Amino acid sequence: MSVATVTLHERLRAALPNAGISLRTNPGPSGQHSLLVDAADLPDVCRFLRDTPDLTFDFLSNVSGVDWPDPAKADAVAAPAAGEGSAPPTGGFLEVIYHLYSTRRRIGPLVLRARTIDRATRVQIPSVVAVFRSAEFQEREIFDLYGVEFTGHPDLRRILMWDEFVDHPMRKDYVAPDDYEYEPTPHAAVLEKAQRHYVQP
Amino acid sequence: MGIDFNLVADLKSHGVHVTSFESLVNWGRASSLWPLQFGLACCAIEMIAATMARYDMARFGAEVFRPSPRQADLMIVAGTVTKKMAPQVVRLYNQMAEPKYVIAMGACAISGGPFKDGYNVLKGIDRFIPVDVVIPGCPPRPEALLDGLLTLRAIIAREKLLGKHRARHADPNGTAAFPVPEFGAHDLEPTANREIWNPPAIVRESEGGTQA
Repeated sequence: MSVATVTLHERLRAALPNAGISLRTNPGPSGQHSLLVDAADLPDVCRFLRDTPDLTFDFLSNVSGVDWPDPAKADAVAAPAAGEGSAPPTGGFLEVIYHLYSTRRRIGPLVLRARTIDRATRVQIPSVVAVFRSAEFQEREIFDLYGVEFTGHPDLRRILMWDEFVDHPMRKDYVAPDDYEYEPTPHAAVLEKAQRHYVQP
Repeated sequence: MGIDFNLVADLKSHGVHVTSFESLVNWGRASSLWPLQFGLACCAIEMIAATMARYDMARFGAEVFRPSPRQADLMIVAGTVTKKMAPQVVRLYNQMAEPKYVIAMGACAISGGPFKDGYNVLKGIDRFIPVDVVIPGCPPRPEALLDGLLTLRAIIAREKLLGKHRARHADPNGTAAFPVPEFGAHDLEPTANREIWNPPAIVRESEGGTQA
């Protein structure tokens, strides 16, 4: 059963008037709307959703990251509802998406989104590990692959790549190492990379 | 062997088996290969299936999977070798006692397979350690692994212990340990061991990509 995100948005605005929460509607057939939460307010919003007796969003199933080098594309699909939302940032940013479920009420997912200020240095988002322990490894993975720094995370270090690695491979501008020296039967994307190594007779 | 085959057959009918020392040693080595017990991905599931009763790798003397590289003769690289895992695989190989053999099982261990385009997948374990038998497949069926094992047995049976063409492990100057790659800032350093991995340069006739 899906979550009535629109009414939940009104409820959150009334309960947490100081939190920056805006509704992002999804015009697609699924109609899976999401709530864009100001990064600083994310732990408070999560705690409210978890602890309020008739909401009981007690299960964080998934945390995923998105890299938006072009912020116009970030809002192309999920346009802000009329009269809401702050002005879109000018540079690119990183986005983290949380899927909350209520096992007690058997509903979900409730989609929360939080954005960093930019993609270079101001990439901090408060960690929700204190609220949902299941976020610990997933936030480490997003830190590893996207470079989002989760402030307050108890053990923020790389989880998939090695510690000496400096890049963030899932970012759009990541350049993978070129080790396509020997490709006897290349095709598609591998063909393009292998052609740089071809010996022209 | 330098012995008359008719004489060998005649002696055999009287219960006397005549052979060379080399054949005896190779027969012993080929008949009790102890694989190193580790798996890297889904190929390991097929490797496990090959050891169980239905396929029964014990028929070929290779059922004693050892949890220590010191006791193992055979490394079955079963699955995707990530760049994070590659130094550990090389280190395990270096810790195995001679003679030691390597089977690259499946497309990933051979070339990176379907994950070749990934940023963290090693494009073939033969970049760092010498591979004796490659088994294509994604994953190879247990029969294919058994066939690879029989191929390795045939290779061992042909090995020379002396002379110019002797096996690597029989050569006092042969290499037993290979450099373990380091974790670099963007990739493994080096990306391949050029002493053992020297692929031929592929010359193309035109930009269309046909092979010369």
